[in-house]
Amino acid sequence: MTLVEHQRTSRAQTLDVKDIGLVYHTSSGEVEALRDVNFSVGKGEFVSIVGPSGCGKSSLLKLILGLARPTMGELAISGARILGPSKNVGCVFQSPVLLRWRTIRDNVLLPLDVMKLERASAIRRVEALLRLVGLGGFEDKYPFELSGGMQQRAAIVRSLVHDPHLLMMDEPFAALDAMTREQMAIELQRLWMESGKTLVFITHSISEAILLSDRIIVMSARPGRIVAVFENTAPRPRSFADLGSPTLNELSLDIRQSLDRACAL
Amino acid sequence: MISKDIPSVASNPRRLAPRVVPRLPKIPWNRLMEVTGYLAALLIVWEAAVGFFSIPSYLLPPPSSVALALNEGIQSGVYLYNLTITMTEVIVGFGIGALLGLLLGIGIATVAAIERVLYPYVIAIQTVPKVAIAPLMIVWFGFGLQSKIIIVAMASMFPVLVNTIAGLKAADEDRISLVRALCGSGIDVLRFVQIPSALPYIFAGLNTALVLAVISAIVGEFVGARHGIGVLIMQANVSLDVAGVFALLVVLALSGVCLTMILRAVERRICFWSGRSTR
Repeated sequence: MTLVEHQRTSRAQTLDVKDIGLVYHTSSGEVEALRDVNFSVGKGEFVSIVGPSGCGKSSLLKLILGLARPTMGELAISGARILGPSKNVGCVFQSPVLLRWRTIRDNVLLPLDVMKLERASAIRRVEALLRLVGLGGFEDKYPFELSGGMQQRAAIVRSLVHDPHLLMMDEPFAALDAMTREQMAIELQRLWMESGKTLVFITHSISEAILLSDRIIVMSARPGRIVAVFENTAPRPRSFADLGSPTLNELSLDIRQSLDRACAL
Repeated sequence: MISKDIPSVASNPRRLAPRVVPRLPKIPWNRLMEVTGYLAALLIVWEAAVGFFSIPSYLLPPPSSVALALNEGIQSGVYLYNLTITMTEVIVGFGIGALLGLLLGIGIATVAAIERVLYPYVIAIQTVPKVAIAPLMIVWFGFGLQSKIIIVAMASMFPVLVNTIAGLKAADEDRISLVRALCGSGIDVLRFVQIPSALPYIFAGLNTALVLAVISAIVGEFVGARHGIGVLIMQANVSLDVAGVFALLVVLALSGVCLTMILRAVERRICFWSGRSTR
């Protein structure tokens, strides 16, 4: 069920977030999770969202996935207002959330099964994608036979299988060790450059954000608001060594300062 | 890891990734021998004790008399005939009860209206020993198979029902969100996430239900039946044929073990992934 109402705006971005406010009703009263959140993401752009815990990143993710509705404002994907889950969005969560009873191939093809689409049309692309992330030959393995990093790679392939316009990633490397984490970030950059997808990346890591993003949005906590937006025009592909360059070093400091201010608010 | 120059993996994936075939565990012969040894020792002590203390055979028969009674029962075909009847009651009743428990459990766990109407009764009836309704079932449905099948079905339904509800509700929120975000309906969530992840719970329920099924078939036969192992036990008891009672208990125990082993084998085959950690 896609509850998408077509409201073509004059210049549709892949993701439009307009004047979003979100208030939760809990037993201890109302909690304001998001206030006046405004941003858009152009086609093929890589945008990171960084912020302290409780800055409403997860709430924002739920809104974009169509799993929750905002109290105020509206969101749109490719100009179509988000009124429920959309086939145009793919998502990678903090943990791989693979289904233990399905092989890697069946896990990766899950979006097609849920959307009642023909597997045949995608099987070649899936195999190419699995090879691209280094999972070629592991199609018939079960998740418990793979390491955490490999499981998360499978989850990334799964998010791309139905060819969504927009890819959401919610701290996808949070559960991995530091070494695997850096390696995965480099791989993600490559995957993004090859696929040309629009990507919104939620993270706690400033270095990951700088390595990967064209734009970095800094949010503050309780209620979640946007406090700063940074452009990053450094040439690609970037490596973690490039983060030592004067421009990126300065960018890192600026982001850190605005994060500190966001935490102090 | 990501580099494209790994043609060996790409060109021959089968060889590198053999499919996991969940297989039955090997029979532990050493352990089996050990258990058989202890059993033999126990039987010898038992035989000797009965002779030494001259215990009358209507109180405790020696293993040799039990073996004779067992042999006679098997040779005459009486045991087989009656066991077939009892097992029919157990298997058919268990099947019906398990299916009802599963369907009702899915209904209660997913449809709020069904939960509101039925769940209070489920909780109330759960505490009543199902064998207590056996006399009533005999009055309603007679001495034939039907009454016993209904008693067995009632008894085996509840553990499956309760575990199905628990299993469906314990399904991981993130996995449900995943299917929801892919435009999945409630049915899709049930099919792709909730039912598979509830399977270990459901099998635990089935294991309990199977034990209860055998118990209630025998109790049902005690209360009123023409044939079945329960009837034979009552007959042997009344005629003070204690060796016969023991022989029948052996038959019953062996049948129960067989049923449990079959169920465990099916469980291992279906839930081979259970207990393996995956985030």
